[in-house]
Amino acid sequence: MFEQFWHRLWVRLVAHIDGQLLLITSLIMATGLATVYSATYDANNRLLAQTLNMAVGLFAMWAVAQLPPQKLMGFGVPLYVVGVILLICVFLFGVKVNGARRWLSLGFTRIQPSEVLKIAVPLMLAWYFHKHEAILKFRHYVVACLLLLVPFALIAKQPDLGTAILVGAAGFYVLFFAGLRWQVIVGLGAAAAAAAPFVWTMLHDYQRKRILTLVDPTSDPLGAGYHIIQSTIAIGSGGSFGKGWLEGTQTHLEFIPERHTDFIFAVFSEERGLLGNSILVLLYFLLIARGLMIAANASTLFARVMAGSVTLSLFTYVFVNMGMVSGILPVVGVPLPFMSYGGTALVTLSIGIGILMSIQTHRMLVRK
Amino acid sequence: MLARRSPPHVRDSERDRFRFRLLVAGVAVLAAFALLIARFFHLQVVQHDYYTTRAEDNRISLVPIVPNRGVIVDRHGTVLARNYSAFTLEITPSKVDDLDATIDGLSKVIEVLPKDRKRFRRLLEESKNFESLPIRTRLTEEEVARFAANRYLFPGVEVKARLFRQYPLGPLAAHAIGYINRINKRDLELIEENEQAANYKGTDHIGKTGLEQKYEYQLHGETGYEQVEIDAGGRASRSLSRTPPVQGSNLTLTLDVKLQEMAEKAFGDRRGALVAIEPSTGGILALVSNPSFDPNLFVDGIRSDDWDLLNNSPDKPMVNRALNGAYPPGSTFKPFMALAALETGKRTPGQTIFDPGVYNFAGHQFRDDKKGGHGSVDMYKSIVQSCDTYYYMLANDMGIDAIARFMGELGFGQRTGVDIEGESEGVLPSPEWKKRRFKRPEQQKWFAGETISIGIGQGYNAYTPIQLAQATATIANNGVMFRPHLVKYITDSRSGEKAMVEPEPLRTLPWKQQNVDTIKRAMIGVNTAGTAARAFAGAGYVSAGKTGTAQVFSLKGAEYKSANVKKELRDHALFIAFAPADQPKIALAVLVENGGFGAQSAAPIARMVFDYYLLGKLPKGAAGEDAVEED
Repeated sequence: MFEQFWHRLWVRLVAHIDGQLLLITSLIMATGLATVYSATYDANNRLLAQTLNMAVGLFAMWAVAQLPPQKLMGFGVPLYVVGVILLICVFLFGVKVNGARRWLSLGFTRIQPSEVLKIAVPLMLAWYFHKHEAILKFRHYVVACLLLLVPFALIAKQPDLGTAILVGAAGFYVLFFAGLRWQVIVGLGAAAAAAAPFVWTMLHDYQRKRILTLVDPTSDPLGAGYHIIQSTIAIGSGGSFGKGWLEGTQTHLEFIPERHTDFIFAVFSEERGLLGNSILVLLYFLLIARGLMIAANASTLFARVMAGSVTLSLFTYVFVNMGMVSGILPVVGVPLPFMSYGGTALVTLSIGIGILMSIQTHRMLVRK
Repeated sequence: MLARRSPPHVRDSERDRFRFRLLVAGVAVLAAFALLIARFFHLQVVQHDYYTTRAEDNRISLVPIVPNRGVIVDRHGTVLARNYSAFTLEITPSKVDDLDATIDGLSKVIEVLPKDRKRFRRLLEESKNFESLPIRTRLTEEEVARFAANRYLFPGVEVKARLFRQYPLGPLAAHAIGYINRINKRDLELIEENEQAANYKGTDHIGKTGLEQKYEYQLHGETGYEQVEIDAGGRASRSLSRTPPVQGSNLTLTLDVKLQEMAEKAFGDRRGALVAIEPSTGGILALVSNPSFDPNLFVDGIRSDDWDLLNNSPDKPMVNRALNGAYPPGSTFKPFMALAALETGKRTPGQTIFDPGVYNFAGHQFRDDKKGGHGSVDMYKSIVQSCDTYYYMLANDMGIDAIARFMGELGFGQRTGVDIEGESEGVLPSPEWKKRRFKRPEQQKWFAGETISIGIGQGYNAYTPIQLAQATATIANNGVMFRPHLVKYITDSRSGEKAMVEPEPLRTLPWKQQNVDTIKRAMIGVNTAGTAARAFAGAGYVSAGKTGTAQVFSLKGAEYKSANVKKELRDHALFIAFAPADQPKIALAVLVENGGFGAQSAAPIARMVFDYYLLGKLPKGAAGEDAVEED
């Protein structure tokens, strides 16, 4: 009787957890913890703080997974509206930190509304397409594009290129999975290429510098090129099997900047080598594959495009981060999912996994 | 649910399209990850060695450890140059944005005088790019502590413990020892030419003159290295390996500091030079150029007011008169002329001439100093009484070529090869020399009349005091000629081995001993019954010498052209001597600028030097002031 109660409670608690997603995410988180420890144990150890962040993230993942997709869909409009209003507030009254207006002061604390849009934009667009599923016309895609462009432009203007890319990508993936025609995609791509010179003139100096240093990092070895030079040295010197945990010289002699946050992959790569990198990439691939599978099996349009978008967003994080750290993409502020230190991104990403779990587990319940 | 509203076939085709797009996305993800893996493979396998090297270069820094410079001691072990450790406050200009603001800030913590700023500015102009430069030297313990407390305010500024060169005896023998100063661009080029660049990595001082310059590489030693691990901020975190430096070799000189001191004192405030040589080795016992300067002024980078004082003084204390002053030898040339006459067979010792007080040549009168002349003069008398007419005739009889040949073999008009850089050649007059010296053909011709005054050490004759000393030592040594040198041996700091600077006979002149003896007898006569008899009255040893007086107007040497000679139209006084006459232990040449008669001002200095060196006697009072009528 008593045991039965505990058993029922347990069943209840784990009912909406996807075992595979949880396993892979946990493995990556554990790797992340070990790497954060290595990156910070010399001074100002972040192990405990990151463990707490992960606990919060896991809880958020679990909580979101409890909500059925229909409920999640209901959050789309209000989250989006509130997010965009907050972004406009940032634009008007935001606090400037290091030359970028990203924060909104609430008096007692500061918030960064752009983070909300990473979830709100795909939710909103997925809701929009779901609503017009039967009668999808070209104009719906145009409206969706506009819904995407407004927050994208506001974030890019802050400027916060990393977040803008992630929000823009999340929205684009919804459009893509909602069936945006190939011709339009190709056309948009061509238009983007044509607009590139124009965009170039709109970029901030530091952003241009980052792109230029990607072409030739040695042009400014102590300035903008420093990050890329030092992180590629770290990766390259790691070799096939790495220098060993806590043994990375680039890491522990502080040559890698931002080594516990955006550049944590350089730390991992130096200490674990090509073997570690391959395993880590494999873990991310498994996570993404699981996400795509959940999308493939999802029962509603909302669930499909949302799952697809969340999954490819995750991929975007990974690819942009690893690409920039290894010197094939410009440096933008994109963390490595479940590895980089920092609570905000961790919670956002966990919510994304929670949405995938919700879609997967509620579909199964519906079928039953 | 919304989905139920769609007809099944629409849902299926829609779903197929969606699944196709998922497939596309999946393939794109795979391709992107493959690209990443390829990039990692490129960095971590293909270019692994390159990046390992880069990481090691990042991590490991070679810090040079500057060796202690060798010390310099005299023949009895008295220290002439040594090192001491002191704290300096140094600024690395490349790490400081606003130098003036930094210095202003520093001056609130530690006294920084305008002269310190001036010196710093000068060092800045001459400096290598990344070195740190002293703004203050010789900090007190309290100043070090005060700076340490405020250190965080001054990035790029640090206190360093450095070894400084010190010359404990100050100006004493400064022209021989020389000094060190900060390395400038020219020195740097020279260091690179000599492939010493690696060895001079941490070094910022180098020998500029004297022995400090000549024996720079021996004194410097070998720079050691410490491999340290550094972090991105350049802070050394731990030492990986250490190659200790090899301290510079020590120099032991032939110089006798007591003798040097005595000789310098004997000059007082008179300008002049003295070179005393041990005839049997060529070792220099004293090398005086008066006035001298304090080499300690140069070590931290000389202050501009000190430099102006030294540079603008009419006494030219920075000129090493012993090596760079070229003077006509005057009558001190006569013993060499006489020996030349004997060796070439132009005269015999007993052959006499008649001196009426004047010698007529080609319608020109060459006058003897003594009115009415010396009468009948043989070789002995010609030296003892310094008869000019005898040598006018002799010069004419010998001819300029024979004189130049003989004097050239004695080292006149050539660098002696002493171990100090920058020695002057002087002028050994000859028709060939005149051809080289003058451009216009009418000036190039040698006139027979010019030979006459050469015979008494005037005319174009111009020799350095060290050449005169070397020639005197060669006579004292019966024709065996040594290269004069200041360093007796070099002690290797590691093995303790002494590398002797061997007495180096430059050549043995094929003189007949009886001819040399004739000259020596005459020179003894000078000191017992001749022009220097008063200066050597009562000496406890037998010495040989010759006085000389050189006319000022014929002074050669570019450095002296601008010299202020307002009162000084007086002649230069010269004296050459060696003692004991039968077994010479010391030979010297003394020059007193504008000293008048050699017997009057130069010979007494030689007497004091001999008394001290041979008998250990210090001069009792003033040197003999009595004039001797004859020169």
